[in-house]
Amino acid sequence: MEKFIDLKSTAIPLPIEDIDTDQIIPARFLKATTRQGFGENLFRDWRYNREGQINNQFVLNNPIYHGKILVSGKNFGCGSSREHAAWALYDYGFRVVVSSFFADIFKNNALNNGLLPITVTPEKLHQIFSLIENDPNTNFSINLASQTFSQPKSGVEISFDIDPFKKMCLTKGMDTIDYLISQKESITQFEANHKIY
Amino acid sequence: MPKTLFDKIWERHIVTMIDDNQAILYIDRHFIHEVTSPQAFNGLTKRKVGLHNVKLTTATADHNVPTINQDQPIKDPLSKKQVDALNKNCADFGIELYGLGHEKQGIVHVIGPELGLTRPGMTIVCGDSHTSTHGAFGCIAFGIGTSEVEQVMASQCIIQKKPKQMLINVNGKLSKGVSSKDVILYIISKIGVAGATGHFVEYAGDTIQSLSQEARMTVCNMSIEMGARGGLIAPDEKTISYLEGKENTPKDEEWELSKAFYQELYTEENAKFDQVYNFDATDISPMITYGTNPGMGIKIDESIPENTSNSESFKKSLNYMDLQSGKEMLGMPIDYVFIGSCTNSRIEDLREVASFVKGKQKADKVKVFIVPGSQAVEKIAIAEGIDKILIDAGFEFRQAGCSACLGMNEDKIPPGKYCVSTSNRNFEGRQGPGARTLLASPLTAAAAAITGKITDIRTILNN
Ligand code: SF4
Repeated sequence: MEKFIDLKSTAIPLPIEDIDTDQIIPARFLKATTRQGFGENLFRDWRYNREGQINNQFVLNNPIYHGKILVSGKNFGCGSSREHAAWALYDYGFRVVVSSFFADIFKNNALNNGLLPITVTPEKLHQIFSLIENDPNTNFSINLASQTFSQPKSGVEISFDIDPFKKMCLTKGMDTIDYLISQKESITQFEANHKIY
Repeated sequence: MPKTLFDKIWERHIVTMIDDNQAILYIDRHFIHEVTSPQAFNGLTKRKVGLHNVKLTTATADHNVPTINQDQPIKDPLSKKQVDALNKNCADFGIELYGLGHEKQGIVHVIGPELGLTRPGMTIVCGDSHTSTHGAFGCIAFGIGTSEVEQVMASQCIIQKKPKQMLINVNGKLSKGVSSKDVILYIISKIGVAGATGHFVEYAGDTIQSLSQEARMTVCNMSIEMGARGGLIAPDEKTISYLEGKENTPKDEEWELSKAFYQELYTEENAKFDQVYNFDATDISPMITYGTNPGMGIKIDESIPENTSNSESFKKSLNYMDLQSGKEMLGMPIDYVFIGSCTNSRIEDLREVASFVKGKQKADKVKVFIVPGSQAVEKIAIAEGIDKILIDAGFEFRQAGCSACLGMNEDKIPPGKYCVSTSNRNFEGRQGPGARTLLASPLTAAAAAITGKITDIRTILNN
């Protein structure tokens, strides 16, 4: 996993609620056996119409919006457990997703791939959407050490929660798999006394 | 302090705590399938490690397999590559595989219980959100992402924070024509698609107890549809008799010990839950969804609600479905019926559909396909003559797999068409780009197949 590097970026607004992972990456694009290349099909059926033409109405196709931050309506990433959703967002270039609520599995998958999910209150989310609407070039800063999401000019300074262990992994780019492998001794000990009925 | 069923299972699987929150949790059974495992295998290869405890892993091919001519090579080259990769990975790593063509193949959440691999008190994970299905046996079962699949392969453990707990009581007698699918669609319509996020749900009450073991799986299956990590039901005599004699169920003395252990698996009186809901079974009718998430469900004889909060998402959803507030669902013509998926593709579902359909004919314009959850289910259906009843009625009887539940193979619903589906998700494009899904029980789906429109099964059963 890549380290999470603090960033300053404009943001792309997607004010829709309950965006499920089938929208983020439809099942028919899950046939690959590697992690790369999913960005191409991110939000596939919203970005393109059925004839395969670009849907100019969709925000990712609107050149005035760009950046590494996706701001979305509540309950982002619900539905299927496919980690391909996190890979697609990351591959497309997003490093942060902001919402007032994330689905559990998505949140874990994002954190395991260096994509930072930031939960803000519904009021703050509304405020962020308004800022972007007023000026799509609004820059936001994210600092992981201080756990802040801010926009100094407009006085937005939001502190967000993150589990300390996950924070450490993101900061160091540390892989939980290597960590678990390093715990083998205690796992083997546990197994010796554990019975599966 | 009195313990919940969840607490009891959770505690006996903690290897150690990393900090106040995160536990290293031991996993008793890991199921894998072709879609969410290849990248995990690549990771293991790169790290040059094998599986920590390969005996606790079982693989099958289900998401991406054809449901006709399974004995022939897969036509779609990408699907074939993915299924071939699973075969090769399982051979290389020494994993027991029930692949395409194997008599034990089927949807991962159908075969686990069938083979007695899913048992009370276990921790079970799989790279699929509907792993919650296994909770019907009184175990902690939840879906994980591919990085976590790799964690479990490498260490037989997963790093997890203990979730909050929710209790959902359902009491009272269900009316005729109302099934466990209606119970869970009703609960989701009340709690909402995010209402149980961060929680594990225990279902209890006399209605839940009255359900068969298979019907309980339908309830637990859809826990994820209200955001829950998983759902579980305390095991009882029905659970024990379902498991007895299954291939992997402990035998003889071990079985006696196991039964004694299972009997300890219940929530103690006054145990604390973070949230509690109580529902009355007599309020539950056959349900149908009208929108693009499973929480958008109504009683079949109700009309589509108004968009009272003027929500953009609601508007977008009805627009996609080409439906309007105030419209009645009853009598609405439909184009497709799909009976299958890990929610409703077990033998009881097929029996129920067959006993209703027997001697009837599907409506002319409707295409109906029924996909058994496993090869074992298919075999029983054939032995009981269920296949013949269905085929005589004009249904297509397919071979085991996920099929049109997620439209990854060629079983897709065409754009703009309405499909009454016994699966669990009605998301935009879930059953194919532009497909419009109406979730319902197997009986409601069968009634729609026969009449060609949304029909209240109670009016037919009562005549
Ligand atoms: S049947 Fe559908 S929900 Fe169940 S495992 Fe397959 S794709 Fe997932």
